[in-house]
Amino acid sequence: MGILDSKIPSGPLADKWTKHKNDINLVNPANKRNIDVIVVGTGLAGGAAAATLAELGYNVKTFCYQDSPRRAHSIAAQGGINAAKNYQGDGDSNYRLFYDTIKGGDYRSREANVYRLAEVSGNIIDQCVAQGVPFAREYGGMLDNRSFGGVLVSRTFYAKGQTGQQLLLGAYAAMNRQINRGKIQSYTRHEMMDLVLVDGKARGIIARNLVTGEIERHSGHAVVLATGGYGNVFFLSTNAMGSNVMAAWRAHRKGAFFANPCYTQIHPTCIPVSGEHQSKLTLMSESLRNDGRIWVPKKMEDAVAIREGKLKPTQLAEEDRDYYLERRYPAFGNLVPRDVASRAAKERCDAGFGVNKTGEAVFLDFASAIKRYGKEKALTSGLKNPDEATIIKLGEEVIEAKYGNLFQMYEKIVDENPYKTPMKIYPAVHYTMGGLWVDYNLQTTIPGCYAAGEANFSDHGANRLGASALMQGLADGYFVLPYTIGDYLSKDIRTGKIPTDSPEFEEAEKQVRDRMAKLTSGSGIHSVDYYHKKLGKIMWNKCGMARNAKELEEAIKEISDLRKDFWENVKVTGTIDSKNQELEKAGRVADFLELGELFAKDALHRNESCGGHFREEYQTEEGEALRDDKNFKYVAAWEYKGEPKDAELHKEDLVYENIELKTRSYK
Amino acid sequence: MKLYLKIWRQKDASSPGKIVDYTLDGVEGDMSFLEMLDILNEELVSKGEEPVEFDHDCREGICGTCSLQINGEPHGPDRLVTTCQLHMRKFNDGDTIVIEPFRATAFPVIKDLIVDRSAFERIQQAGGYISVNTSGNTVDANSIPINKHDADEAMDAATCIGCGACVAACKNASAMLFTSAKVSQFALLPQGRVEAVERVQNMVRQMDLEGFGNCTNTGACEVECPKGISLTNIARMNREYLSATLKG
Repeated sequence: MGILDSKIPSGPLADKWTKHKNDINLVNPANKRNIDVIVVGTGLAGGAAAATLAELGYNVKTFCYQDSPRRAHSIAAQGGINAAKNYQGDGDSNYRLFYDTIKGGDYRSREANVYRLAEVSGNIIDQCVAQGVPFAREYGGMLDNRSFGGVLVSRTFYAKGQTGQQLLLGAYAAMNRQINRGKIQSYTRHEMMDLVLVDGKARGIIARNLVTGEIERHSGHAVVLATGGYGNVFFLSTNAMGSNVMAAWRAHRKGAFFANPCYTQIHPTCIPVSGEHQSKLTLMSESLRNDGRIWVPKKMEDAVAIREGKLKPTQLAEEDRDYYLERRYPAFGNLVPRDVASRAAKERCDAGFGVNKTGEAVFLDFASAIKRYGKEKALTSGLKNPDEATIIKLGEEVIEAKYGNLFQMYEKIVDENPYKTPMKIYPAVHYTMGGLWVDYNLQTTIPGCYAAGEANFSDHGANRLGASALMQGLADGYFVLPYTIGDYLSKDIRTGKIPTDSPEFEEAEKQVRDRMAKLTSGSGIHSVDYYHKKLGKIMWNKCGMARNAKELEEAIKEISDLRKDFWENVKVTGTIDSKNQELEKAGRVADFLELGELFAKDALHRNESCGGHFREEYQTEEGEALRDDKNFKYVAAWEYKGEPKDAELHKEDLVYENIELKTRSYK
Repeated sequence: MKLYLKIWRQKDASSPGKIVDYTLDGVEGDMSFLEMLDILNEELVSKGEEPVEFDHDCREGICGTCSLQINGEPHGPDRLVTTCQLHMRKFNDGDTIVIEPFRATAFPVIKDLIVDRSAFERIQQAGGYISVNTSGNTVDANSIPINKHDADEAMDAATCIGCGACVAACKNASAMLFTSAKVSQFALLPQGRVEAVERVQNMVRQMDLEGFGNCTNTGACEVECPKGISLTNIARMNREYLSATLKG
């Protein structure tokens, strides 16, 4: 287990990052011009890293499967980005952001990483404003904030319900500046098919041009994987259709350890599944929980009547509603962390109080917020004794200004007006805290291979707090990786260009071609989607919001069988050497079929409940998660050994020097 | 419901394309338009035929990848939605639906319904940014107050998803709405004013080089824009361009 050196710098928590930056090696500007860096993925982490590395003087190549770097799925993040600016004067500080994040992650993340994240969070906002990101502002011209789950301050900056879009466009603009200068070569509609190792170091990738089908070799002195999470292993998730684990999984197969694969975030506020045809799920931002109240009927007969369409939710009296989050968690109310809110929704629906025809939905109600804002608006507009209709009209305007795009999105999908009747929501897979194991420098266990953003496992422990993914992606990309990678690259100033005609590249390309040939040579019984949906059902039913040993063991067996079936019977139409979306999907699903099994294995081995990982065997009498710090206060990093079932566990013990481990309470 | 689909099929950029007829049964109102195409493709694959390729990714109306011309309208008959947010309840049993790629000289077809929109990339590379280093060593975010009205208007312009519906809707295939949205976002913010002159000149020059047509103020782009980007952005860009030219 000596391999897992997290390389956390010594010294007091608050000084570690500054000290580390002063201690590590730099590359002089003239030498940077001779060094090539490959960045795979162009979301917040990849886009920010690529722009910054190019600005520093490295030659950067970026790769994305989308037709533009700006379409990476970071763009879909809605609610906001956290930063410990304390503009609201409500007692926020770097320490509080650090503390909230560690606690929110249920004490399963590294102190030093999380403190660094909090420390650079303020810079992110400064940077983005300088880049022209149009954050929401107050009338005095200052930046506005709102609150998110699991915290007691308002530290979330936002741009309507499209914060991810605006931040990504900022990073993309910074990339464009470097593309225009010739410092970034942007390869769009390209997919990384494998990582190439030379003398044990990451030295390049094999990529497929998705338009022509050509297989290309690209070399670099280091490879950065910023390829997002693996939520699509569940088939239905809030991820984009193309989001996949291929790059990370290929690296895993080449020696990068995969950490905590079972830590998945099930987001409480998504639009419920409407039928078998469903291809993806849509999130309704957590910011809505600032103003929306979550409830189900108190009485079973009301729930049944609502499900059958005989009773409207607006007809139900206040005293007949169960605002179960406010009831169970009075201190945090509707703003408990995501894992807690999701489990509470599942608990009510499992008990029979679900409010749509499938029985898997709860209400998110804005009626009281509309009235509250309407009254305030009437006062500030100088209206005395306004009538009810005026108040509601004014209140709806305020809500529209805050969340208009989300309400419109809801109405288009569900065909109901959420201003007039409560939204129906249900938890859905949203984010994966697990990912490639990285040290403090964001380097994986393969020298020269780095992982940033959601693709790594680093900062969120067993549960991520809202508005923290954007923070981490940009922190990794703008402010962490560009420093730490320099330390590694400083040893490469005399290496010269990495040739792509070496036996290692030859072999890697051959493997890629063989795999595609195998994928297209199946007997052709079932489509790729058939397998993906089957895998998703196993994952959701047995590795989802609540897990137990028996079902996890079944899942491992079922996924393994399904993978065998896939390789024998999948039907992939079209050819290898042309544009072929079926082939693209097949390659991704093949990797999900391996990851899914490791996921279940990891969940089975972790005999405790923590954050998003809830094992039914380990809960308190009130149904809260029961952690086992004595036996499981570690990062589980898995080494590839062939079949997922043979993966070898390595542990990184988590050391808490600054925070006392407690049972998480939001009561 | 049962639908009669007329879909543009084209093997690759250099092959000629044609409309092919398909009949699809069992479509439900709750399905999105793309889920309807998923079902068609599932049927085609099961028959061993090549599925219809189309661009899509987030399926929640924000990435700007999906790009279908449906019955002659970019993103179909509904307003303020992308194709992925269009639901089949907007159609009736027995309808015939014509599905084509976005049409413009600057957007060549790659395959079936997929077009190459890299011209938009190059317009943004020409100047769609503020030249500030990403070091984080800038001034405090609140050191320059920005009038809320300007900030909101910049945000409205910045919500453009770069899908290209404006170009597909325009009889001249003009990219003025797209380009002006980017120019406006920066022109409205103090941080963006510094390079405003060079930016508008460089972006407009690139737009013209890409072969987009001119704007003749028909306003079709604004009607079809899934994000409601306003024509006033074009007026603003024209003012910016004129004053940049005068400053020379």
